[in-house]
Parts: sequence; C-alpha cells; structure tokens
Amino acid sequence: MRSLFLLIPLLPLIGFIVNISWGKSLSKSLSGWIGKLTVLASFLLVLWGWNQVSSSDHSLLFTYFKWIETSKFTINFGFQIDNLTFLMMSIITGIGFLIHIYSAGYMEHDEGFHRFFAYLNLFIFFMLLLVMGSNLLITFIGWEGVGLCSYLLIGFWFKDHENNDAAKKAFIMNRIGDLGFLIGIFLCIFHYHTIEYIGLNDLAKTLPIGSAIVTWVTLALFVGATGKSAQIPLYTWLPDAMAGPTPVSALIHAATMVTAGIYLITRLNGLFLAAPMTMDIILSVGVCTALVAAIIATRQNDIKKVLAYSTVSQLGFMFAALGAGAFVTGMFHLTTHAFFKALLFLGSGSVIHAMGGEQDIRKMGGLKPYLKWTHLTFLIGTLAITGVPPLAGFFSKDEVLANVYSKSVWMFVFLAITSVLTAFYMFRLYFLTFYGKFRGTEEEKHHLHESPVSMTLPLIILALLSAFGGFLGMPELFHAPHIFNNLLGGIVNISESHASHVFELSLISGSIILLSIIIYLTYNYFISKSNVPGYREKGFWTRAISNKFYIDEAYDSLFVTPLLKFSKWFYRVIDRKITDGFINQLGLTALLSGQSFRKIQNGRTGFYIFAMVIGMILILCLNIYNR
Amino acid sequence: MTDTLSSIPINYYIALSSILFSIGVLGVLIKRNAILMFMCIELMLNAINLLLVAFSAHSQNPAGQTFVFFIMIIAAAEVAVGLAILVMVFRNVHSVDIEKLQNLKW
Repeated sequence: MRSLFLLIPLLPLIGFIVNISWGKSLSKSLSGWIGKLTVLASFLLVLWGWNQVSSSDHSLLFTYFKWIETSKFTINFGFQIDNLTFLMMSIITGIGFLIHIYSAGYMEHDEGFHRFFAYLNLFIFFMLLLVMGSNLLITFIGWEGVGLCSYLLIGFWFKDHENNDAAKKAFIMNRIGDLGFLIGIFLCIFHYHTIEYIGLNDLAKTLPIGSAIVTWVTLALFVGATGKSAQIPLYTWLPDAMAGPTPVSALIHAATMVTAGIYLITRLNGLFLAAPMTMDIILSVGVCTALVAAIIATRQNDIKKVLAYSTVSQLGFMFAALGAGAFVTGMFHLTTHAFFKALLFLGSGSVIHAMGGEQDIRKMGGLKPYLKWTHLTFLIGTLAITGVPPLAGFFSKDEVLANVYSKSVWMFVFLAITSVLTAFYMFRLYFLTFYGKFRGTEEEKHHLHESPVSMTLPLIILALLSAFGGFLGMPELFHAPHIFNNLLGGIVNISESHASHVFELSLISGSIILLSIIIYLTYNYFISKSNVPGYREKGFWTRAISNKFYIDEAYDSLFVTPLLKFSKWFYRVIDRKITDGFINQLGLTALLSGQSFRKIQNGRTGFYIFAMVIGMILILCLNIYNR
Repeated sequence: MTDTLSSIPINYYIALSSILFSIGVLGVLIKRNAILMFMCIELMLNAINLLLVAFSAHSQNPAGQTFVFFIMIIAAAEVAVGLAILVMVFRNVHSVDIEKLQNLKW
C-alpha cells in the first residue's frame, strides 16, 4: 500500500524521464503512448486505492523518510491520503489522461511532440505531489514544480517571442504569490512548530478565533493562493498564459493547476476557519474577481481569452464559496468546473485546429455543420458553465450562491450578476463561433474539417461528465444524497447554513428564467440581427472593458517600468561602477605597480650586487634594531 | 702562539677585520672587472676568518677555528665554480667586464 501510493506520482515521472531523455529517437506514437499509459496507470492506481480505503473516514498518513530534522521540529516526507486527496488525484490523472489522448491528436504535426508529452507528464507528477503531500513543504515542491511546468508549456512554442513573454509573466506573477506561501510556511514553523496539515488543523481548534498570528498566517497562504489561482490582484498572467498549446490551457490553466489555491485552503480549512477576517477577505476577493473577470470576458474576441477570463471568474466563484465557509461547495464547483472548462478548452482547441490556427471569433461563424461533435460538446459545456439545469454547473453554482447568500446579501447580488454575465459571454462566444455566416477566408473555409477521433473522444467523455457531474451534489430539496458532503464530510468542515427550501426553489426558478432571457437576448442580438463585434470599440466603457480595464497597462507603469528603470540604474551604477569598478581598480593597481617596479630589474649585474648589499645591510640593521 | 695572539687586544682585530671587510664590500660594488670582484669577495671571507680566529683564541674556544677551515673549503669550491662561470662568460662575450653583462632580465 505504502509503495503503491508512492508509485502514483512516480509513474508520470518515469514517463517524463523516458520522453525527455530518449524521446527524440522514439517514434511519435511510441512517445505519445508512454505519456498516455503512465498517466492511465496512475489513474487506475488512484481508483484502486480509493476503492480500498473508501470506507475509512479519517486520513491515512504514509511517512517515507525524515526530510528535515532540527531540535525544534521535524519535517517528514510523507503523503496524506484521504477522500479530498483522492478527489483531486482522480481529477488530475483522469482529466490528465483524457487531455493526453487529445494532445496526441492536437500536437500530431508538431516537431516538439515528445517534449510536449514529457512536460505534461512532469506536470502530472508535480501536481500529484502537491495534492498528496502531508505537509506544506511537500505541497510547496509541487507548487513550484507546476509553476515550472506551466512556464515551460506556455512558452512551448518558444520561437515566438510573445509566448516567451507570456511564460515569463506567468512565472513572475506566480513567484509573487509563492513568496506569500513561503512566508506562511515560515510563520507556521516559527509560531506553531509544525507544518503538517493534520497538526495545523488540530492546533487551530485550540487557538483563539481571529488571533493576529493565525490571521497573518492564513493571509500569507491566501496570497500564495491568489498567485496560483489567478485572483485579484495577481490574475493577469492567466489570460496571457493562453499563448501555450490549447491542451495545456485545458489541463493546467483551467482544470488542475489553477485550482491548487482552492485545494490548499480546503486542506487547511481548520486554520482558515480560525481566522474570520481572512475568510471575509477571501470572500470579497473571490466575488470581485468573479465580477471583474466576467465583465472583461464580455468584450474579448479571442476564443481562448474569453475562456481564460471565464476561468478566472469561475475561480472567483470557488473562492467566494471558500470565503463563505463552504469548503465542500468550493471543491464541488472545482470538480464540475474541471469537467466543463476542460471540455470548453478542448472544444475551442478543436475549433482552432479546424480553422488552421485562427483564434479570433470575429473571423469564425457558421461552424456548426462542419464540426458536428465539437459543436454538440461545446454546447453542453456552454450550458453547463452557464448553469442550465440539470447540467453540472447548475448544481455547483447554485450551491455557491446559496452559501454566499447566507453570509452576505450584497456579495450574493454581485455573484448573481456575474452568473448572468457568464451566460451572456458564453452564449456570445457560442453563437459567434457556430452560428451565422462564415466570416473567414475561402481558404480557411475549404480547410474546415472535424477533428480526429483522438480529439473528439475526450470531448464526448468530458461532455458526459459535464452533463451528469452535477448529480454528485444535489441540493437538499431533491432528497437525493449529497455525495460530496458524504465524501468530504469527515475531512472538511461542512457549512452549517442550510438555505430554506423556499429560497432554493426561488433561486432555481429565478436562475432558469434569467438564463432563458439572457440566452434569448444574446441570440437575438448576435444571430437574428447578425451583429459582429467591431474592431474599434466606441464609448468610454466598452473601450475600457475590451482593453481589460487597462490593468496590464497600469501594472506596467506602476511596477514593471519603475522596476526596469531601477534595475537599469543598478546596472549602470552599482554593477558597472561599484562592483566592476572595484575589481578593475584592483587589477589596475597590480598592473601599474608592477610596471613601475619592473624598472628595478634592469639586467645590470653591478646594480644587482649593489641592491643585494643594501638588502643585507637593511636586514642587519633590522636585526640590531629588533634586539 | 696563543699567547702572542691574545696579547694583542681584541679591539684591534675587530678594527682590522672591519676595515678589510669594508674594502671587500666597496671593491665588489665599485670594481667592474669580475676577477677583481672575486678577489674582493675572498678578502671579505678572509676578514671574517681573521675575526673568527681572534675570537676563538680570545675566548679559549677551538670551535671558531674549526669554522675557519670550513669557510676556506667553501671559499675554494666557490672560486672553482665562479671561475668556471667566468671562463664561460669570457668565451661568449670576450670580456670579463660586468657592465657588458646586461642580459639578466626577462
């Protein structure tokens, strides 16, 4: 059992090592299969392990070796295995496997095929380490590792300079968050002498609620979460991260890596519950991010950018749920989001594949007859994310809304507006892509084709999951078992606030009515009147939104430019003048003094003898003087 | 013999040796002829020898006189080597003037 759990992350690592070392000499299909099969094997192991230990409600701890030992505390290298871990592990390996299959089709003609699969496997390894670690430090290894893989995969097509910039941006933004995470770990060690999850959660029960230390610890960890999970103020890297290949966007930047922050907070729910102020901050940051990202998404014209902002917005939903104390709901939305967002990204990848690399929805349109399966699955994904019953997004989103309502009405109102906006931008995307007339060139029209089976098969599986995933967490109203509550109840505190049946009914009916109105209006605007977003936006607000509220520009002028100037100044003054100057002066002194002393060595024997005699006299004098 | 030596005060020996030694040093510094420089070196050595013998007799200790023999042997060996070098120098530059030897540099 112990070693089998060790095997789960190690298998993808082996795949990575094989593909990175010998991938070039392997054929494409072989290196693809190595990548796919290792992840599949991990997935099966996860399922088998879950089946074995599902009966036990508490966490299993496997300690492999003592990693760091000091007089004050010990850090073990170990895994904490419980239902939360299993849930994350099955999402990572399961969706990871589907995306591996998809990638084999999507990347078929790419010369970096084996490199791509190597990085994907490395990512799966680090992500598994992140969720399996029994303490913050092991999670941190995974945390940094997935950041690295994200960097490598965003900049996968490194010949294009823009991709490299996006990769660097993602990495640096994440580093800012990681600093918060590190400070959180240090504070834990300093004040609590432990960084084990179980130890911290147990300790939190004895701590006074809302003490300064616990607030600072949780805030620091939350800063780490905002970096990885793209929340305000560190969200701007995620839309740019779409420069990477689409399967990467689906796996790393939608389904798994960006949810690491939510996982971390859920894992430490005991600690976070002891800090009500942090919880309030999480709630407001989540709601703000959800709303702002949704507003920006309504005016984006790049198919992947819309989905990226939608991801940021949905992550905001999850944080809002966490902030409201509904950790299980957060995990529930994380799961359903992993299904439908991976589906939507893969669907958009299929569209981009058919369009020969074109990503601008203004140049698409009328793709429905050409891409039957893609269209159908994309529609299911769209319905799921907008929350049309009975698809997955409906249940999880309504649960989030109900939980936030019990915490704060205003936040609920903002989130409800966000849901409406979600429906608008998703259907805008859907209609512009699949309906109306084709707006691309003749050549592109000729090129249109449905993707190969390796790409449509994952789409269909994910569509089924998006359609039925919601039944894992039915509201109390339907008297069906809430599987998520039962699953995670032993590990995570379940929020006690249960919305009344009347409220839930009105929420459900209200959302159905609102959604149908929005869908009708969107259809009317974009299809019946066949409006297409222009290339130049008029009006102050529309321009501000389509330019993402100028946040990137603001960050540029506030942080990047001053930092660059500062660095340049440092280079010019500190580096060139002081450091280099000091060393150069040393060398110059030796050179000049050598040159002047060299004149003594003139080759005249008489002078040498004279110098020798003078020297002997000096030595004698010194001897006498010293006596 | 010892009586004769010791009947002269030690200061005289010291003065004579110092004068001889100084002549030797000045000779080495001033002379340009390598052979004369050699002779000056010998003069210095012998000044020391004289002093050693004088001190030895004065303090009734034979060790000083033993040293003198060693110094004489070493002086002989040194002269043998030095003169051999001088012969080689003469064969190369046809002179024993040390002003001609200006190649002792890098």
